[in-house]
Amino acid sequence: MRYRQATQLLFELSHPGCRGVQLPACDVPERPLAEILPPGSTASAPPPLPELTEPELVRHFVNLSTQNMSVDTHFYPLGSCTMKYNPKRNERLAGLPGLADLHPYQPEGTLQGLLEILHAVQEMLAEIAGLPGVSLQPAAGAHGELTALLVAAAYFRDLGQNRTTVIIPDAAHGTNPASAAMAGFTAVEVKTCAKGLVDVKDLAGKLDARTAVFMITNPNTLGLFDGQIARIAGMVHDAGGLVYLDGANMNAILGIARPGDFGADMMHFNPHKTFSGPHGGGGPGAGPVAVGAALAPYLPAPIVVQEQGGFRLDYDRPKSIGRVRGFFGNTGVLVRTYCYLRTLGPEGLRRVAENAVLNANYLLSRLKHFLPAPYGDRCTHEFVVSASRLKADRGVTAMDLAKRLLDYGFHAPTVYFPLIVREALMIEPTETESKATLDAFARALFRITEEPADMLHEAPHTLRISRPDEVQAARKAVLRWKEG
Amino acid sequence: MGELELTAHVGDLAGRNLPAGQAACFLGGGAYDHFIPAVVDFVAARSEFYTAYTPYQPEASQGTLQAIFEYQTLITQLTGMDVSNASLYDGASAAAEAVHMAMHATRRPGRVVAAASVHPEYRQVLATYLANLQTELVTLPTPQGTIDPDGLAGAVNDQTACVLVQHPNFFGCLEEVQALGEIAHRAGALLVVSVDPISLGLLKRPGDYGADIVVAEGQPLGIPMSFGGPYLGILACREQLVRRMPGRLVGQTGDRRGKRCWVLTLQTREQHIRREKATSNVCTNQGLLALRAAVYLAAMGPHGMRSVAKLCLQKAHYAMDRLTAQGGWKPAFDRPVFKEFVLRAADGQVDRRLERAREQGVFAGVPLGRWYPELADCLLVAVTEKRTKAQIDRLAETLK
Repeated sequence: MRYRQATQLLFELSHPGCRGVQLPACDVPERPLAEILPPGSTASAPPPLPELTEPELVRHFVNLSTQNMSVDTHFYPLGSCTMKYNPKRNERLAGLPGLADLHPYQPEGTLQGLLEILHAVQEMLAEIAGLPGVSLQPAAGAHGELTALLVAAAYFRDLGQNRTTVIIPDAAHGTNPASAAMAGFTAVEVKTCAKGLVDVKDLAGKLDARTAVFMITNPNTLGLFDGQIARIAGMVHDAGGLVYLDGANMNAILGIARPGDFGADMMHFNPHKTFSGPHGGGGPGAGPVAVGAALAPYLPAPIVVQEQGGFRLDYDRPKSIGRVRGFFGNTGVLVRTYCYLRTLGPEGLRRVAENAVLNANYLLSRLKHFLPAPYGDRCTHEFVVSASRLKADRGVTAMDLAKRLLDYGFHAPTVYFPLIVREALMIEPTETESKATLDAFARALFRITEEPADMLHEAPHTLRISRPDEVQAARKAVLRWKEG
Repeated sequence: MGELELTAHVGDLAGRNLPAGQAACFLGGGAYDHFIPAVVDFVAARSEFYTAYTPYQPEASQGTLQAIFEYQTLITQLTGMDVSNASLYDGASAAAEAVHMAMHATRRPGRVVAAASVHPEYRQVLATYLANLQTELVTLPTPQGTIDPDGLAGAVNDQTACVLVQHPNFFGCLEEVQALGEIAHRAGALLVVSVDPISLGLLKRPGDYGADIVVAEGQPLGIPMSFGGPYLGILACREQLVRRMPGRLVGQTGDRRGKRCWVLTLQTREQHIRREKATSNVCTNQGLLALRAAVYLAAMGPHGMRSVAKLCLQKAHYAMDRLTAQGGWKPAFDRPVFKEFVLRAADGQVDRRLERAREQGVFAGVPLGRWYPELADCLLVAVTEKRTKAQIDRLAETLK
């Protein structure tokens, strides 16, 4: 529906005396508050929240929702985010009371079905990774990175080795260096060569006795599988370091290559990307990590183990780094992962990767004629094209193209990333899009490149708002509504 | 597996668990069986919200952005703090992020004090986060169930970045937060408080007793228990600390025609811009859970929040009185409590009684021996607004 209600804030819609929820009267004998609570501990008035009725709330949030582009409403080729379709069966199953209405401290005897699911997810992820030890505890990809780096730190501490650096390619996601810093390491950058792969010479010069971990995203953020990986892993291992695989791009190699087989010692998965967990407007995700046998004792506890008579949570892991979050993990996301993996099976998973790669290569073949791909015309699950020629010729930027795509009913690709490509547009179509959608996207993007520059600078033209003033937003930050 | 087979298979596995709704659930310890209004599930099931991602393109994401801006505002109203971020993973990791933030803000990376009455898993997470840094984590004992202010005064010094307390604490007891804040501030340290958001319907807000950073597990705000996640890490702070905050922030601005709109802002704090110099590595957060909390808080409103808090308080006290009146159990601590309390079994037998209660369909409480060997004969009992008098009476019967 094109015409919507105005977009007032909840606080502007508030009317004193309204409420959305009515609670029952207290059915136990009440004691005076002054008798139970110490003086000065209570607030004189309830928190100043807005007051709305249920119909007002529903209309407000439903109208807000229509101002989003989403996978269910639009093609969403946001590179590196794997915006594939989220099967509805998984939503329904994850919401079953027998899975969603479980307290984290319930006795294990009342959780056997859930523990069986979580155990199976551990086993399946170990198989996909080619690495035997799995922890499901981390809450997101970056959290998995931090977890694995802390595992590495504990491992080297045990070996009596003082290793302080983490080497990271310049094309990596920002979370890699940020995780390294949080884990107490110094991040060292390694260059990307002209072919878009790790510059092995540069790497060789940076590996030394201080190297703890080399982090690599493979396929990388340019959408290229780095075929040097076995050699690189050998170099890192020779220097006494560990290889970490950032699993953000696992969609390209599911069932085709296993990180453990090409030299990785540790990795994380992004179930909200690879295994179709919805992205939730920013989350929740999950960030399970898989590690080699020597590192497994250091994983966070608990881990689900199978014993005679059933499944239980194993807390007795003396070398464990401890916990990285409370309770077990983002269980609801992991249940969706289980549903996805069981739906597809080994053959189906491989077909996911094949079709993701096929879709990306098809789209690249349609775009490269008018938007150059600086790192070649073959890719894995995603690719990066550059608008730098358009910018030089007509002043049209990657941002202009992205904004104009919104007018055509397509979510924009990731722009200006990776940082090593000028005017980058990073495009990941995923396997769940049809050829017709890819063709329509390619046609739209071509038409846009022919449109007048002035018009493109002002895009989008058909959405409720035009481009926001982001400089003003940061300079004079307004981070909450205030009365008056 | 096709959809029909999968549905049958997962339905069968789900059937092998005992959901809290089929028992009388008195389990707490950071996750609670609170009532979730239908409107929360309804809004969170809008796929325009749940199948979108981080709002990098503001023109195509005003729904998510405005909802997060509203969430940030609601959290500041609830806590009395100046600023809230857009969410972190959960209460435990939010506490670790807050400590990390305090270490940088005070430029005192050397020492952190946490009370033993803070959730043991939160302290474990903090210890893990600090393990490879040169930070001394001092645990302040709380043998009486709460922090002794004099003990705290002896534990903080001019190297201490912050004091981490929980209020109501892990044992359900109220801490003397005002006094603790003054002690921390006298030493130049920050006061980081982990709260139960439901308690703020009744208790004084952290912003009104001098907290510098507030964290919370947002699960009680309309989020299913889901065996521990996905949950919601709440983090709010004073204005002066905003540029040290981890995670996303949504700000208000105008578009080219001057129309009010919302964008991700102050991104130079974040990993995708600042890389190794970022305030945190967090990227994917718990956006959909923040939406749930926003809908919950707006649906409850001030009076609903006060009602929930009062119901929890009254029912918890009724349960405590009922259980201690019949002998067999004694309060472990002589301190005021909110919705949870610790009981000590007179004969030391906790497990046997828990087992018997479970056979009668009652999840009676969380045994504490796993974390506190000295409390191996103790049980942590939580009572929410959902528990009826009949269920509490049944609890008392089964725990005799």
